[in-house]
Amino acid sequence: MTEIIQYIQSYLGSDQTPGVAGNMFWALVYIMLVFAGLSVAVIAMNWLERKILAHMQVRLGPMRVGPHGLLQPIADAIKLLLKEDIMPAEADGFVFWVAPFIVVLAAFTVFVVVPFGPTHAITDMNIGILFMLGVSSLSVLGIVMAGWASNSHYPLIGALRSSAQMVSYEVAMGLAVVSAVLMTSLNAEGTGTLSMIGIVQAQQAQGEWFIFKFFPLGLIAFFIFAVAMVAETNRAPFDLAEAESELTAGFHTEYSGFRWSLFFLAEYSAMIAVSSIAVTLWLGGWLRPFPNLLHNATWDLVFSLFPGVTFLLFAAMCFYNAVRMPKHPLFRIQTIGLAGFGAVLGLIGLLLFVPAVSLRVQDVFWFAAKVAGFMYLYIWYRGTFPRYRFDQLMQMGWKVLLPMGLGVLILTASVALLQQRIWHP
Amino acid sequence: MAPVATPFFFYLFAAIMLLGGILVITRKNPVHSALALIVTLLAQASVYLMLYAPFVAGVQIILYAGGIMVLFLFVIMLVSIDRSIRERQFNSQWVVGLIAAVALGGLFISVYMKGMSVFPEHALSVIENDNTQNVASMLYGQYMFPFEIASLLLLVAIIGAVVMAKKRI
Amino acid sequence: MESLLHITTLHYLVLGAGLFLLGVIGVLTRRNVVIVLMSIELILNAVNLNLVAFSRMWGGLHGQIFAIFLITDAAAEAAVGLGILIAFFRNKETVNIDEVNLLKW
Repeated sequence: MTEIIQYIQSYLGSDQTPGVAGNMFWALVYIMLVFAGLSVAVIAMNWLERKILAHMQVRLGPMRVGPHGLLQPIADAIKLLLKEDIMPAEADGFVFWVAPFIVVLAAFTVFVVVPFGPTHAITDMNIGILFMLGVSSLSVLGIVMAGWASNSHYPLIGALRSSAQMVSYEVAMGLAVVSAVLMTSLNAEGTGTLSMIGIVQAQQAQGEWFIFKFFPLGLIAFFIFAVAMVAETNRAPFDLAEAESELTAGFHTEYSGFRWSLFFLAEYSAMIAVSSIAVTLWLGGWLRPFPNLLHNATWDLVFSLFPGVTFLLFAAMCFYNAVRMPKHPLFRIQTIGLAGFGAVLGLIGLLLFVPAVSLRVQDVFWFAAKVAGFMYLYIWYRGTFPRYRFDQLMQMGWKVLLPMGLGVLILTASVALLQQRIWHP
Repeated sequence: MAPVATPFFFYLFAAIMLLGGILVITRKNPVHSALALIVTLLAQASVYLMLYAPFVAGVQIILYAGGIMVLFLFVIMLVSIDRSIRERQFNSQWVVGLIAAVALGGLFISVYMKGMSVFPEHALSVIENDNTQNVASMLYGQYMFPFEIASLLLLVAIIGAVVMAKKRI
Repeated sequence: MESLLHITTLHYLVLGAGLFLLGVIGVLTRRNVVIVLMSIELILNAVNLNLVAFSRMWGGLHGQIFAIFLITDAAAEAAVGLGILIAFFRNKETVNIDEVNLLKW
């Protein structure tokens, strides 16, 4: 038993990701952790999306299933698993079966290189950002196959539109990413890096997040990526291909039950994946605010209290809502459930105050907080913006974002060259 | 980065690639062939990773599997008619084709067996962590001219493809 | 048995040769134009594999760079080839290579 604890402790002090160290056991453990975390995140996103959209539309959202609808995602999952599995008559069986599999594969494999911390990643590939962009472009294949295999008009048109949109906005995304990667090469040796952990470490070494670098060039590149990533994941306001009033759910019309839930899972995972790219490239990844400027013991202590305080805030909100529940005997069990959930969150918050835990969890917390901000933005866009028509969408991708991306790239390169050669040689 | 279980992974990916290749040339439905080709290309990207060429692997995934195969799938969807699936799949000179391929295989075997002694003993070259940086410095230094010509070639290909596929020129 | 477990450059070359043969068989025996084009992609991939294997053996990066150029070439060729296929299909309504016989006497 002590050997196991010693083994775990000896690993916790390492300074490499398990993939780089060649440690297959810990790599598997990290894969399980990332998979579990992603599933919890998708479930939470489902609930949050319905509640936040509802509150933006001055209504309440799901309130019945659990206290404040907290058990709604579980009810949805059970419903989807129990639904009948329909396949259209003339559909190509094998391709119909394999299409959601490919989309889920592409959406989940990108998390192999996402850096939750300097050593908290499954592996750190030399080509991290290239790998993420490439594998997330494999989901286009799954969508095209899903539309074609359904053997029906609406899915086919929806798949063609969806894939054309995704391919167009990948170009703009790539240009924005290139201009961010270019900023990593502004160090003493003059070599940049494509590795995700290296990009965050370059931001730490240069002392500013890339979104603020060469103001406003970093901001414009971030803006281009933020718009392109919403179009890439087929979310509002670019969701013409899957909107109910336009194409009766587009490429996943003929999918029911478990297969549809795979598409849905892949969509939320892809959202989290591209948000991770944006956070890593522009917003400093796992770095807390002001890591270099405010770097003495008291500021470190203050910032290390944030994870625990956040969870205690959540617990306080749960308790407040539990107190405000109607005092009716039929609501008793919901009140107890909500109070119990609040107690669990409070315990997690108290656990996060322990220095040993807080030290390891710091980086993951800041990363998750920034990605959560992006998720909120996604839901906000869905609740606020009207939908783009398809030709307006393609026009914006090719005629607006692409020239802007090229311009930002050329300007960034010029300013970087000036800085390296003339201002600070 | 220490290599782990190299023979197992090599034989696994080699089997996937060869099986995918066989499926590409024997399926009736072109969409199934395209799927098998995607599997082959992804397995080949893994083999590139085993050969310590991560940049080529990334380019293979983005360009080949994520670009060229999407193009193929679009065109298959445009021209695939049910009549072509029910027709005879192999043309009338398939016997001669097979004999030619076997002869080519025999040539390969003889060349490799004769030349096996020329290959140096497989020394593990230095495992580098900056493959991308080295490729970049060579691509923009020594191979700058082919790089520019390649971009010109792509421009010509774009114009050619657009002109060929237009309804009215 | 020992030589089978120790993966040398020859293993990769044999794999490349196998893929090349499969591509050649596909080009020579199939009637569907799209599948012939896909077999040509198999051939190009086999050549790429050889290039990268030799680049690993000799330690330089020239093979990898040439492989990158080849992938770019394959993209251009696939685009033009498929454009020709679409133009031909619009005229003849078939994707059968044996029917491309307008110059036959």
